[in-house]
Amino acid sequence: MMRDASLASPKTEPLIRFDRVSVTYGTGAEATEALTPTSLAVTEGDFVALVGPSGCGKSTLLKLAAELLKPSGGDIFFGGREIGAKPMRVGMAFQSSTLLPWMTIRDNVMLPLKIVPPFRKHWRAKRSGEFRERADALLAQVGLIGFAEKFPWQLSGGMQQRANLCRALIHDPDLLLLDEPFGALDQFTREELWGTLQELWMDRTVTVLLVTHDLREAAYLANRICVMSARPGRILEDRAVPFARPRTIDMTFEPGFAAVIQRLRGLIVHSREGA
Amino acid sequence: MMSPAVRRKAASAALIVGVFVFWEVACLAFGISSLVLPRPTEVVAALVKYAPGIWPHAAQTLYTTLTGFAFGVAIGLSLGVLIGSSRLAYDTAYPLLVGISSIPKVAVVPIFVLWFGAGTVPAILTAMIICIFPIVVNVATGIATVEPELEDVMKSMKATRLDILWNVGLPRAMPYFFASLKVSVTLAFVGSVVAETVASNRGVGNMMMIASSSFNVPLVFAGLFVLAALGVSLYVAFSVVERRVVGWAMRKNEAT
Repeated sequence: MMRDASLASPKTEPLIRFDRVSVTYGTGAEATEALTPTSLAVTEGDFVALVGPSGCGKSTLLKLAAELLKPSGGDIFFGGREIGAKPMRVGMAFQSSTLLPWMTIRDNVMLPLKIVPPFRKHWRAKRSGEFRERADALLAQVGLIGFAEKFPWQLSGGMQQRANLCRALIHDPDLLLLDEPFGALDQFTREELWGTLQELWMDRTVTVLLVTHDLREAAYLANRICVMSARPGRILEDRAVPFARPRTIDMTFEPGFAAVIQRLRGLIVHSREGA
Repeated sequence: MMSPAVRRKAASAALIVGVFVFWEVACLAFGISSLVLPRPTEVVAALVKYAPGIWPHAAQTLYTTLTGFAFGVAIGLSLGVLIGSSRLAYDTAYPLLVGISSIPKVAVVPIFVLWFGAGTVPAILTAMIICIFPIVVNVATGIATVEPELEDVMKSMKATRLDILWNVGLPRAMPYFFASLKVSVTLAFVGSVVAETVASNRGVGNMMMIASSSFNVPLVFAGLFVLAALGVSLYVAFSVVERRVVGWAMRKNEAT
């Protein structure tokens, strides 16, 4: 089904909410503030892009959401309760695909089912049946079904990232956290993968937080773009991206789209100069 | 025409044979006594002549080496896993291991003899302690160098430390482990032969001691040849296993 940002109801409790969350690395005189108290609420099923100059705390926000990092101040809520109180499934993908070279693509994609509850209970029983079919279905959707038996190193960078997306989604995560997933790819491959990711997202109710340097990427993919300031990071602007879905690469060359990017760019350049 | 691969192998084989031919010719040309350096043909003749006598010694050395090596692998692997996955274990055990491995192994043989008497046990133990260190270091390195992003991916799935170790750390350490096995198995020979030379009445090391005391230099060299042959064959055996098990890590040889 097609969804639209404007249809998302503002009344429901957001899926994940950062409430004046701050992060400080180190202690005493060497303390570095990575994130000044920042608030951000993300509705279930939303697609939010975080953009900003390097070192602005975008990745820190992702790590907080994945519970890889504890906030120094403030609270994070998931589904209305303190994060960690309710079971939360997270899928994560980085710029490097981190696929395991000793496993086939299919086995790599199936890895979360071996680890994440409730799937891990059924791993032995379903690994060669239901789970395998699940992985194959996902691989088919991203156009990798012919490569299920291949090893990661036998695939191009773009294909590896497709498999990486599959691994991040196989366990039906509540939250998909992407940290510059397409940063190392060439322009054409990157644009192809935008289409793939958009399709994957439109097909399910996963909530996405995407960190990126690429403003076109943010505007193409996201419902909302949060612009962050230079370190210590905070959110300067939070704006909706109004374009209809599914978006196409051609749309990114239309004047309205260009205007959005130009405005974002202005904000980031300004924040860099201020730093 | 020969294919490049065959030609490469033929060239290296020819070179190895060439070294032996040079040795033979040089001994003849300069009239070197076989008491100093026997010619390869004399060594081979000694090998054939004393074969029935050499065989039990070779079997004994192979037995002590492999037994010591097996213990060494078991201990090295477990220590490596422990050190690679725990900061505390790393900080305490690592300096200790470096210290122990810096001790010349010849020096510990008398202690083993004191404890267990001369013979098989000191040889096994010496082979064992000499091959632990490279295994520990390599396994620990493989486990400790898991990419931070990969660790984040695993932790975001709420993987336990055991999950990460079993699914990522151990498989990742396997190429390092096999590389260390090849080093260790040859070191294990050094260990058991040293122990046999010092305190044993069996084994190739002991046989060489006896042969040299009776100035049977060709037999001493025959002992060396036997050791070299055993070492090379075990090295090759582990290389074959390595290619089978961790071929994924050597993918550059079979580019797609």
